[in-house]
Parts: sequence; C-alpha cells; structure tokens
Amino acid sequence: MPKYEPILLKNMLQPGYTGSLAEYERAGGYQAIRKVLGKVSPADVTAVVMKSGLRGRGGAGFPTGVKWGFLPKDYQGPRYLCCNADESEPGTFKDRQLIERDPHQLLEGMLLACYAIGAASSYIYIRGEFVLGAKILEQAINEARAAGYVGKNIFGSNTTIDIWVHRGAGAYICGEETALLESLEGKRGLPRVKPPFPATHGLYNKPTVVNNVETLANLPHILNRGAEWFASIGSPPKSTGTRVFCVSGHVARPGNYEVPMGITFRELIYEQAGGMRSDKKLKAFIPGGASAPFLTPDHLDVKLDFESVALAGSMLGSGGVTVMEEGTDMVWAALRLMEFFYHESCGKCSPCREGSSWLVQIMRRIVNKRGQLADLETLTDLCKNIAGRTVCAFGDAEVSPILSTLKHWRHEYVAMIHAAEAANLIRPEPVGAKQ
Amino acid sequence: MLKETHKAEIDDILSRYPVKRSALLPLLYLAQREQGYITEAAMQEIAGLLKLTPPQVYETATFYTMLNLKPVGKFHLQVCKSLMCALVGSDTVIGWISAKLGIKPGETTPDRLFTLSIVECLAACGTGPMMQVNDDYYERLTEEKLDRILADLRQTGTCSLKTGPFMWPEPAPAKPGA
Repeated sequence: MPKYEPILLKNMLQPGYTGSLAEYERAGGYQAIRKVLGKVSPADVTAVVMKSGLRGRGGAGFPTGVKWGFLPKDYQGPRYLCCNADESEPGTFKDRQLIERDPHQLLEGMLLACYAIGAASSYIYIRGEFVLGAKILEQAINEARAAGYVGKNIFGSNTTIDIWVHRGAGAYICGEETALLESLEGKRGLPRVKPPFPATHGLYNKPTVVNNVETLANLPHILNRGAEWFASIGSPPKSTGTRVFCVSGHVARPGNYEVPMGITFRELIYEQAGGMRSDKKLKAFIPGGASAPFLTPDHLDVKLDFESVALAGSMLGSGGVTVMEEGTDMVWAALRLMEFFYHESCGKCSPCREGSSWLVQIMRRIVNKRGQLADLETLTDLCKNIAGRTVCAFGDAEVSPILSTLKHWRHEYVAMIHAAEAANLIRPEPVGAKQ
Repeated sequence: MLKETHKAEIDDILSRYPVKRSALLPLLYLAQREQGYITEAAMQEIAGLLKLTPPQVYETATFYTMLNLKPVGKFHLQVCKSLMCALVGSDTVIGWISAKLGIKPGETTPDRLFTLSIVECLAACGTGPMMQVNDDYYERLTEEKLDRILADLRQTGTCSLKTGPFMWPEPAPAKPGA
C-alpha cells in the first residue's frame, strides 16, 4: 500500500491497466462529465474548481478557476481551450506518463474545462518529441469520438466539444502560454506582450484558456468527489491537492511520485525516491525544474508547497526535483543549465538573446580555467539586467542557476578562478569570440 | 507533389483549424516524413496550399529544431545532454556513440545510416541517460544496450529496447488471469 492515496496515478498503478476507454470507464471514468453536462451550469463548475483551490501545475501556479473566470461573460464568438502538453522544463516528465498511461483521464478533464468555459474546440499542444504520446492521444480521441464522448452532441446532449492533437516541433519556449498560441497559429514561437492576456485575446485573438496536462487531469476527480474533499488534501488553503513530483539525478529510485503538497523535500527524496544512490551525501537540489533556483541540504525540511518553496528563495515550478550528490561541480552544473537556456532563448528580447550568449561565454571561460574574479561581478550584473526585462518569464528563469549557485557555492567559482591564476592561465577569452 | 499524393491527409489536417496557417507545422511534418527533410520545393508548395508567402513558411520552419532543412541519416540519434542526463552520464554515452560510429556530433556516417545530434532536454530525466532515435525513446542507456540498439537498427530498422507507454518507477505486472 502506498503511504498516500494516489489520485492521478491511481488507475495506472492497477496491474495491467492499459488506459483504454473500456478500462477507464470500468475504473469510474467519464462519470464526472455525465454528472455535470446539462445538469450543473458552467458557472457552477467554475465555482467548484475555484473552491477546490486547484492551482496550475505547469509552473506558475495560478488558480485555475480564477483563470477561467477572466473569460468575458458576454462574448458570443468562439472560445478555445488549449492543453499545454509541451512538457519541456528540464527535470519534468510527469505529463508524459499521464498522457501515455491514462489518456482518457486527460480527455475527460478537457471536456469539463471546455464545458465550463464554453469552448467547442480544443487543442492539445504536445511537444514534438512525444511521438508515442501523440499517437496514444489520437487513438484515445478516436475511441471517445466513436463512443459519442467527443465531437457533436456529446453524451446525447446538445453540447459540441472537439479535441485535436497538435504537435510542437522542439522549442522549449512553446511551453510559455502565449508562445504556445503563436506556435499553434503556425508562427515562430515568440511570446506575446501581455496584456492583453489569452483570456480575452488568445488563440486567433479569441478568448482562450491554456491549462497544463496535470491541472486538467485533476478536474474529473474534483467534480466527482467535491471541492471540499480536494481542498482538504495537501497544504490548504493555498496549496491543495496532490502533485506528481518528478525526481531525477543522483537518487536511488528516480521517477514520478504523487504525494500531497506540503510533505518535505526530505521525505520525497529519502522515503519516496529511496534516498541517495550511493553513500555520497546530498549536496544540492533543484526544487521545481531548471528555472527554479538551486537549494542546499539546509532546505531539506522545506515543505513542498507553493508558499514554502518561495519563502526558501526558490519555486515549486513544474515539480521537477533534481538531486545532486557530493562531488558535483556546481559551476559546471550551472553552465549546463545556462547552455540549455542559451539554446532555447527565442531571440525576441535583446536582454535575453544577447545576455544568454554572454553568460554562457563567461561561464565557459571560468570552467575552462580562464576566468578572473571580475567575471563574478560581470555575471551578477548581467543577470540583474536580464531578469524582469523581458516579455516573458524566461529571462527570470535563465539567471536562476547562476545567481543561486553564486549565492550558495561562490567559493567553488573562486577556487576555479584561483586555480587559473595559479597556473598562470589568465588570458581572458574575449567576449564575443567564436565559440 | 504532396497535394496529389496525400490529398486525404492534407484535407483532414486542414479541417481541424479555422485558420489555415495553423496547419503549417503538421504539413511541414508531413513533408519531412515523406522526404526525410524539408525541401525548398516542399516549403513553396505548402506556402501555396496555405495562401502564405514562401518566407512566412521559411521563417517558421527555421525556428523549430525538429524540422530538418538538410538531409539526415536514416537513423537520427539525438542524445540529451541537459543537466539531468549529464548527472547520470550522458557525456559518456555521446563518447561511446562517437567512437563506435566514427562520427562527431552533427555528422552523418558515410553510409548515411546514422546522424548523431546532441539535443536539450527530452523530458525523460528520471530515466537518463537517454536518446531519441527517429520517433522512439531509448532510456537508461548502458554500453551494452547501445551496442544492441545500433546492431538492431542496422539489421532490422528497429529495436525492441525502445520505450513503450512510459511509467517510472515501472508499474506492477498484471496477474495472470486477472
């Protein structure tokens, strides 16, 4: 028996569960939408979700019901739901499992969201690399369409809800909701200036909601078991429900673990994920995907909820927890993540486009034992000039590996620079030189 | 021409979107599937189908790393090198592949069978080191597994070590007769 009752992973934990329509229904699937359709008003569905305290599982943690509530009430034209299945935050691999193992749970969640916001068309924007996931979703949608659960007059009602799969093509930034919409419109994935927000000007300039896979997968359970039930799980009032945390790095049992929000990192890492993989001690961990600042063993007793992690100086983000053992070179680790951000910067805003290139070059110089102490000030200064000065949150994200490793492990940077000085290697590679 | 050979599929794609341009990525994928990469002729044809200018197609196509504007080998080995995989040995995997195939990242073997690319996070961080070969993921790579994957791809064009519907830790096996 698992220590905590699984909600989203419950079906797939049953031996032999394949995620077919028949099995999903046998496990109680498609009951929430039947209960709601034509019997509970869309506004009341939204009210239930609001009351449950459900917050977005993609990274930003925005309350889902509130997001839905921003859609204009009197607008007569089409509205859209987009499911964000771009799952591209390094350290995160939960949506992949939710999609491939229990696709109908997601589809039912989408039907509920579409009903609540009055959308007749919805798209699942899935990252291009998930070829298998896209196939599984297509099959599931076909099954649901044949059963009359998706398409015109679903479940014999007069409601029409269609769901389409749309594959991305390898761009991290398309996980940002407005970049996702641009990409879905067949353009380069460049984030839009906000406001206006997607709630009023989204896909094709129509009112649109973008929700993460895990967020949507929670909806059938909330509608089935009630807002009070959901709000009693986790760390109420602000972090309710469970989360599927993705544990990676130097642990004994990496993987997806669904636990109520509010347990400690110590419990997640040492009990759920089996502790460290060897007798080397934990040196550092990233609590919520590559965009979240690094934390140290001193933070192991921080609770896994939105507020506690924010108070500790990081963020719960996408739920990707990456653990590093003693002996991991923190400057190297920060460089690896910085290289990721440099590669993925979409190029729209100058501070991010140019800054990420400079940061990578300076970090490489330090790692290659060509650094000097003044580089540390330059790094800090550059980071300050990127964060908060870009159209989307990418700018804030890309500086967090460097700023947080400089905060906790500055001595490692300094030691590398001193090693360079001792070896008399200081011939700074000019910034802007070809890499 | 895609229009003649894939009319039904193109019509199906177009029927999903109220605005034609949304069909751009799906159509570029279709062109890539047919020819292995996206040719200029294909981009021009797609522009015509969607009532776009060729530069509009080109600007979108060049943004996305999964769209190949140049030919790649029959098997495109894409090894993740982001931090989570690097912590568990992705650089070693890249070294193995380079040594076994005699190519550096970005290169294709002379027989045009394998292209090696180094890519950023593929959302398989708990099961690294990993790589994607064309449509399939191969995870928790070891040198032994890699040898088998390369040999199988050469001989049969596929390999049974590829990942099926993902779940990690692995689910309990079904009881016989249940």
